[in-house]
Amino acid sequence: MEFGLSEEQRLFDEAVRGFLADRVPMEERRRLAEGEGFDAGLWDGLVELGLTGMLVPERFGGSGLGVFDAALAAEALGAAAAPVPFAGPAVMAPLAILAAGDAGQQARWLPRIASGEVRVAVAFAGLSGTAGAGTVRIADASIDGELRGVMDAAGATHLIVMAGDGGMALVAADAAGVAVEVRRSLDRTRALGHVTLTGAAGEPLAAANDPLAAARRVLDAGRIMLAADTLGACQHMVDEAVAYALQRVQFGRVIASFQGVKHTCADMVTMLEPARSLVWYAAYAQDAVPDEARMAACHAKAHLGEVGRDVSRHATEVHGGMGFTDLLGLHYWFKRVAFDRQLLGSPERCREEAAAAQGWIAA
Amino acid sequence: MQLDYSEKHRALQSEIRAFIAAHRDKSPKPGGGRRRPDRRMLEWQALLLEHGYFGRTIPKKYGGYGAPPDVLETAIIAEEFSRAGVSPGIMNQGISMLVPTLLEVGTEEQRERWIGPTIRGEVIWCQGYSEPGSGSDLASLRTRAELVDGHFVVNGQKIWTSSAHFSDMMFLLCRTEPDKPKHEGISYLLLSMQTPGIEVRPLRTMTEQATFNEVFFTDVRVPADQIVMGRGQGWHVANVTLKFERLLLGDSNKLMQRLHRIREMMERTDIDGVRLIDRPEWRDRLLRLQGEVMASKYHGLRLLTDTARGEDSGVRRMIVKYFGTLLAHRLSSLAVDVMGANGLIYEPSGESADDDDATTWWVDYMYDIGLIIGGGSSNIQKNIIAERGLGMPREPKPAQPTRVGA
Repeated sequence: MEFGLSEEQRLFDEAVRGFLADRVPMEERRRLAEGEGFDAGLWDGLVELGLTGMLVPERFGGSGLGVFDAALAAEALGAAAAPVPFAGPAVMAPLAILAAGDAGQQARWLPRIASGEVRVAVAFAGLSGTAGAGTVRIADASIDGELRGVMDAAGATHLIVMAGDGGMALVAADAAGVAVEVRRSLDRTRALGHVTLTGAAGEPLAAANDPLAAARRVLDAGRIMLAADTLGACQHMVDEAVAYALQRVQFGRVIASFQGVKHTCADMVTMLEPARSLVWYAAYAQDAVPDEARMAACHAKAHLGEVGRDVSRHATEVHGGMGFTDLLGLHYWFKRVAFDRQLLGSPERCREEAAAAQGWIAA
Repeated sequence: MQLDYSEKHRALQSEIRAFIAAHRDKSPKPGGGRRRPDRRMLEWQALLLEHGYFGRTIPKKYGGYGAPPDVLETAIIAEEFSRAGVSPGIMNQGISMLVPTLLEVGTEEQRERWIGPTIRGEVIWCQGYSEPGSGSDLASLRTRAELVDGHFVVNGQKIWTSSAHFSDMMFLLCRTEPDKPKHEGISYLLLSMQTPGIEVRPLRTMTEQATFNEVFFTDVRVPADQIVMGRGQGWHVANVTLKFERLLLGDSNKLMQRLHRIREMMERTDIDGVRLIDRPEWRDRLLRLQGEVMASKYHGLRLLTDTARGEDSGVRRMIVKYFGTLLAHRLSSLAVDVMGANGLIYEPSGESADDDDATTWWVDYMYDIGLIIGGGSSNIQKNIIAERGLGMPREPKPAQPTRVGA
């Protein structure tokens, strides 16, 4: 038994964090936040690091790693508030094609996903438990529907749309009958898409024996990415809060010497460290503990939603008035955490799904 | 990440399961520990020691099983006993705090003399730390001991002394070097509670049980060799002990068990014909706690891995007592709410293993607050997390160095 990172994973984590620190200094984050929601240069960097091929098997040109490794990357991206798509095109899309694509579709799409040539956003019409997510109807190769709040839509070359019964189809973003309206969100570094499909030509991904279970596995992996993203963002905020408190002088002392400030910081760490263990376990369970995978993913998403709300508020408070301004840019992380909580199911919804997953209530 | 057990650990797991299946009728009811272990408990303890399910890594010459240190084995044993609902053996301060302390800093003679009888449950210890004027600021303690004719002569008072009324021995912090700065003037003595000059007065708590005591010392003579480490090194020894206490207070097996019991209760209990588990607002409270208990459980595995790897867990370990005791209280809070008015009949017997369920939950509900306060209160834990864990500075000291004399 070994609950922690391997040496390889540590090195990988350092590499991702090092890349992001170089590539996304604050002024770059600000610049991208004012942009169109997608930066090809940063995406290419992710591809070069191998992040887009993590979940693609080696025979399709990927590295065949697991959800756990992807969660580490998501944590690093959250810590850097990186304005780049990840959970959809690098995690949920390859998992969806692996779970529901036939052999031909896998051979066609997975290498292009790994190479970064295509960026596939994953859009849920049902299932994710988000208010007003939309509807989708998949009739063979013709797809109709309207999906709101689609993450990673900016810069997406393709979309996988998911119906509430687990039906999935892949469509090109520039195909006839597909309209993707990219809207800026609260989190200026991550846009959302409003997708309208009108008799759009697409290919159903219909090879799963149990489509609903397959779709849920995709959803669960996405939820874990958001939980890990929140975890990384929160850790950054705590680190910033402690650093700020060690500098800021009031009453002739650094404010880090006041118990009120110290206890707030202690509370944040006390919430966050066990939360990290939960996210790690949930991610690991997707790869290795099928019986608990659903329940753990739902709990991780719910728990990080709650912890994220508290930590992001406390960390902002420790910064005093400066935390409320745009000057420090701390709000990018605050909004990232707020964004993550709303996508792919609220804490309330995820807990209900956790209850169903362990048979406490009917699924 | 690799959470499967190795061949060796799986073998241990099945061995324990077989043991429990064969012997579970001999197990005392889990919980309790607020009186001397009875005959049934002592026999169970002997059986556990014999099979290496208790004191597994304690060397044979001190009465243990002598297995090489393997932190996972210890965790597996705890988990299996907890899961099966059988007693994991005697839990008291002598076993959980003094024994590891002696193993770390005791003399050979002290280990040989005390560890065996303590883990067998023959010798019961109490902890003489807190004083009326020295709670969170424990190092300001005033109970003094002067060396006269080869004996420390102890005078003073202790408070919050759990189990002192049935203990044989005490590990005591007292001031032997009144001229030194407060942390350097303390020694750690081992003394018999039968020594003349000791008076134990039970202290009734809010649970109506007297699990604590006040202990008064009047010219109590302790042989000079009954000191752990040297004169003035008691603070160091005390910190070794406290480290073990704080880990004990954050045990996630207990939390997991509580969660299961509450879930069962919510499946049995209904309001207007609808079971609480089927009522969303009640279920959501349970689910929130389940998420936190899971976080606590996997956090425990992470700490185990740190230990097995020989890595310093740093702040990760410092949060355990604060997080665990608070979560325990939130669990008992849900339990008493689930019982509602029906659960308000309160009949404590003085020994938790004998109490009915409702009373046990209410005792836990109150006792949990005691645990949040004791062993370094939550506020002190937060200071430790912030100062030692996050590198935030201490509160400015008073201008004059404090000396606490006789």
